Formats: sequence, C-alpha cells, structure tokens
Amino acid sequence: MTTTWAQRRKERIDDLAGGRSLTSEAMRRLRRDPVAIVGAVIVGLFVVIAVFAPLLAPHGAAESFPELQADLRPGNIPGAQEGFPLGGDQLGRDFLSRMILASQQTLLVGVLATLIGLAIGIVIGTLAGAFGGWIDTVLMRVTDVLLAIPSLLLAISVAALAASPSQTTVIIAVAIVGVPIFARLLRGSMLSQRNSDHVVAATALGVKRPAVVLRHMLPNAIGPVIVQATLTLATAILDAAALSFLGLGDADPGRAEWGLMLAQAQTYLDVRPALAFYPAFAIIVVALGFTLLGESLREALDPKGRR
Amino acid sequence: MTAPRPTPTAEPLLQVRDLRVAFRRRGEPDTLAVDGVSFDVAPGQVVGLVGESGCGKSVTSMAIMRLLPRRGVQITGSVKMDGEELLTLSEAKMRERRGRDLSMVFQDPLSSLNPVVPIGLQITEVLRRHRGMDKEKARQAAVDLLDRVGIPDPRRRVTAYPHQLSGGMRQRVMIAIALACRPRLLIADEPTTALDVTIQAQILELLKEMVAETGAALIMITHDLGVVAGLCETVNVLYGGRIVERAQRHRLFGTPRHPYTHGLLRSIPRLDAAAGEQLEAIPGSVVDNLPWAHACAFQPRCPRSVDRCVEVTPEAENTGGRLLRCFNPVPASAE
Repeated sequence: MTTTWAQRRKERIDDLAGGRSLTSEAMRRLRRDPVAIVGAVIVGLFVVIAVFAPLLAPHGAAESFPELQADLRPGNIPGAQEGFPLGGDQLGRDFLSRMILASQQTLLVGVLATLIGLAIGIVIGTLAGAFGGWIDTVLMRVTDVLLAIPSLLLAISVAALAASPSQTTVIIAVAIVGVPIFARLLRGSMLSQRNSDHVVAATALGVKRPAVVLRHMLPNAIGPVIVQATLTLATAILDAAALSFLGLGDADPGRAEWGLMLAQAQTYLDVRPALAFYPAFAIIVVALGFTLLGESLREALDPKGRR
Repeated sequence: MTAPRPTPTAEPLLQVRDLRVAFRRRGEPDTLAVDGVSFDVAPGQVVGLVGESGCGKSVTSMAIMRLLPRRGVQITGSVKMDGEELLTLSEAKMRERRGRDLSMVFQDPLSSLNPVVPIGLQITEVLRRHRGMDKEKARQAAVDLLDRVGIPDPRRRVTAYPHQLSGGMRQRVMIAIALACRPRLLIADEPTTALDVTIQAQILELLKEMVAETGAALIMITHDLGVVAGLCETVNVLYGGRIVERAQRHRLFGTPRHPYTHGLLRSIPRLDAAAGEQLEAIPGSVVDNLPWAHACAFQPRCPRSVDRCVEVTPEAENTGGRLLRCFNPVPASAE
C-alpha cells in the first residue's frame, strides 16, 4: 500500500498537467484508502457470490436430504458431515446452499429497493429544489412526516398494509423508507446550486429552464445522493432482513433468506446455535461492507478533502 | 450574420431610463442598490460603468439581463433594447433573447462554468439552443470559436473540463460562449478581476478584438479605471446607485470634474508622478453615504462639500457632452 516518493511525484505532475477528471481523481483516492479496499473486497465478494449463487450452491434451497434427515429428532440437528460442510437445518436441507442462495435474495431486495427509493427521491428532490415555492413546501412536509417515523417502524407499517407478505412488499416497504432521505439530501444540494455562478451564467445565456435544471444543476447536486445510496444499501439489507425476521417477508418457503433463516434458527438456539450465527454474521458483514465503501466514497468525492 | 456596422447616429441599441432596483426585506426599509440610472448604448459602442464595491454596477447589469430574483426585489424604470421594453417581457421571450441578443461574461470564470460538463458541450448548448445547429455543426463551430479566442489545440480542448484549464483560458472560454451567437450587446461584469495582471491585459485585448470583430456593443463593468482607459468610449461613474459623472473617455481622464472621479484618479499611481509623491485616498467608505433623497450621498467623504450638499439633492446636469451631479465641481482649469 506504500507508494514511493517517485511515484507520488509523478502523480503530482500528472495532476498539474490537468489530465484528471473528478471521477478518476476520486478513484485514485479510493485505491489508496485501506477502509475503501476492505469495503470493496467485501462488497465485491458478496456480489460475485450472489450473482453466481445458483452455480456456486451445491444443492437447491428447498431440497431435503435423507442423510441429513436421518439424525433429525428433537434435541439434535446434524452438523457438518461429508458433502455438507455447514450441516443441515431443521428440515434436513443443506445449510451452505441456503446461505449462498440467500445472498442472491439479499442483493436483489437491497439493490432494487435502493434503486426505487433513489429514483423516487431524485424526482421529489429535484422538483422541490429546482422550483421552490409551494411545490417545495408540500413535498418537504410530506417527507418530514415520513422522516419522523423510525425507519423500521415505517417499513413494518408499509409491509403490513399489503394483503399478503411477499418479496415485492418487502422491496416497496424498504424503498419507501429511503425516499425521504434521498429527497431531502438532493433538495438541499439543489438549493445550493440554484444561485451558484454557473447556473446564473447558464440562465444568462438563455438556456431553457428544464435544461438548466437537468444539465447544470442536477449533475452537480447528485454526488452526495449517490454516496447516500451506497450507505442506504446497507440499511436496506438490514431492514429487509428485519422484515423477514418478523414474518413480513417472502412467504415462499422454497426461497432462502437470511432474515427468515435467523428467525427460524431462534427455536433451535440451544440445539445448534450455528444456524443463527451464520445468517446473522452474513448480514452484519455485508452491511458493514457497504457502509465502509459508502463512507470512503463520500470522503473521496468530497472536494474539500482534495489535495 | 455579418450586419454592416451601423452609423453612430442610429437609434441606441440599449436605452436605460431611470432604472431603480430596491431590495426589500420585511420589517426593514428598502435598500436602493440602483437609484435612477439612465444611459444609452449605441450599436457597437463600448461603455464603461465604473465605481467601487456596493455602488450598484453589478446590480445594474443583472437588472438589464433580468437575472435578479423576483422575490424581494423591486425593479422600476425602463430598459429598452431596439425600442422593446425588456423589463416587462415574458420570461420565455427574455430567455429567447438572453445569449442571442444580449449576453454576459462574469467575474469568476471557474465558478461560472459548469464543473461537470466539458467546455465544448457548454458552447454547443448555446449554439443549438439559439441557432438551431445540429450536433456536428455545433461541434465544429465550437472548435472554431475556441480557436478564435486563442485556445491552443481547440480540437482536443473541446472535451476538457473547466478545472483542467488555467484561469485565463477559462475566461477565454467564457468569452467564446458569450459571443457564440453573435449577440449585439455584451455585458462584461469585472471580467478580469479574478485574473492576474498579465492575463488581465490579454483578456482585455481579446475582448476588444472580439467586440470589434462581431460588432457587438459592450458594457464594461469594473472598479478598475485602468481597464476603462484602454477600452471604453464613454465612461459612467457610479456612486451610491447613481451616475455622478459621465463623459467621453479622454475628457473624463483629462479633466475629471466630480470630486469622486477626481479622487479615484488621484488614487492611481502614475508613471509621470514625481518620485516619493504620496497617493491620495478617498477617506471613509460607502457605509458613510447619505441618502440621495435629500443630500449628496458622497458628501461625508467629499473634500469639496458645501452647505447645500447636505440639504438638496444635486441633479445631473448636462453641459457640453458631460453629465455631472455636483454643486461644487472641481474647476475645469486644464480643459
């Protein structure tokens, strides 16, 4: 991780030559930040496992195996054995396969929920920040109300409103939790853009209002929102797991999900605590990975941190 | 697009009459930033607006461009371009004119350029908006424009971001953008203040050239009389939101009549001054101003003030092509 003096000097010269865009500058700083590297490795591993889960998992999520079921009786759940490195669960299914396949659900729910929340938040934040006036007042009071409710409570309320719990209701519930955060953040940075010199300059050139907003304000305002999205991914994963844990998640027993696995493991804590440990550990590590990456991304993109 | 340069006797291109800009705040009296400013700009003419910080020069330009926020600002008077009133124009029509008929160069070129958009795109945006060019044609025009304002290797520079250019280059880009659609009026609001001295001279030279080439009229806003001296035909000296003196450049510099103008000129170092001679400063600052309503705003700082200065508002009087607002002007001995 140590860069030699000569290397650093060369980079300095490159800098002065002015060949760096904002993004490549940020990338350069990310590469030097050990926290960012740890975060990126965790997130990278998680994404690879999740994407290739069906190929990596030795067995299906709903498959039961006679050799695991054989030892299954009250007070005993079989541990690791030949072909099943993490042992089986209370129904004789391969626990390793379920752990791997669950990562896919987690990624899917986390990313989709964040993207949906981000999209809605960007629309609200842009409208409020760019136009101000009563549009701003109405939109911001609504987000205030949403922000006032603790996020998990809000997600539970939304998920509970649905007729039957499903993966879709989890995604929607978690997405709604993210909306007010994104909207507020974007509105704030849009406001600071509104009277910035280059926006006035663009207006002075007769650029149309929508173009001023979309080309000159939004791209300059969106940075902190993108950073927030990586941080929100972590909370989205936690919230989704929490909903499943509380029984408001995916009702399909064939699909593995860390939150649900954790909930089911509760019953067998004294029998085989590992069943609770693995999913809990996975949730924590993945959430930590996204948080580390998000935090260092924020630092890397902060123009004040620039040397 | 190359209209013949109109004769000086033609209708003024821009006619500003009794322009007043008041900033209003609840529970406080209005602040009059511009207090009855009138001047004309003939086609192709270079006019200077000179004054210290807070005299209303930038607010005047923003009012002409209609860039001041609507809330909390009251603008009265009249700004006519080609006889058409700009102050009452609809926002959509004003947008049509901005950039096409009248355009502006700002003080700080770094913050006035969009940091996340390559400079080429910022030029083509205006060309496509006002001249309906297609992408390829606009790109070619942008390269030509960058070449004309003296950016080396323009073909490669169109993809550069503002932070990759030097201060002088950025201001050249700003000028290229402002003049892209060949506006007939360019307002330059302290275009050289953020640049160092050698670059200042280059940028002024460029402005002069470009204005002559495109036939645009120029309103040069500055606190630097040196900038005015090399560029402007007519000079308006602003103080406290009003024009206190206006004359042709040579007459103003040769025989300043208003004590304020006189003081400004005395405060500049001169090459022909005797060695060891002290520069004179104008005492006080704008916060000492009296209200124009029943006095001369400059009185508290004026070395030539008489009793009337605190009782009656001096009116602007036009004598022999010079506009002067003073009861006790500096004698025109040298004239």
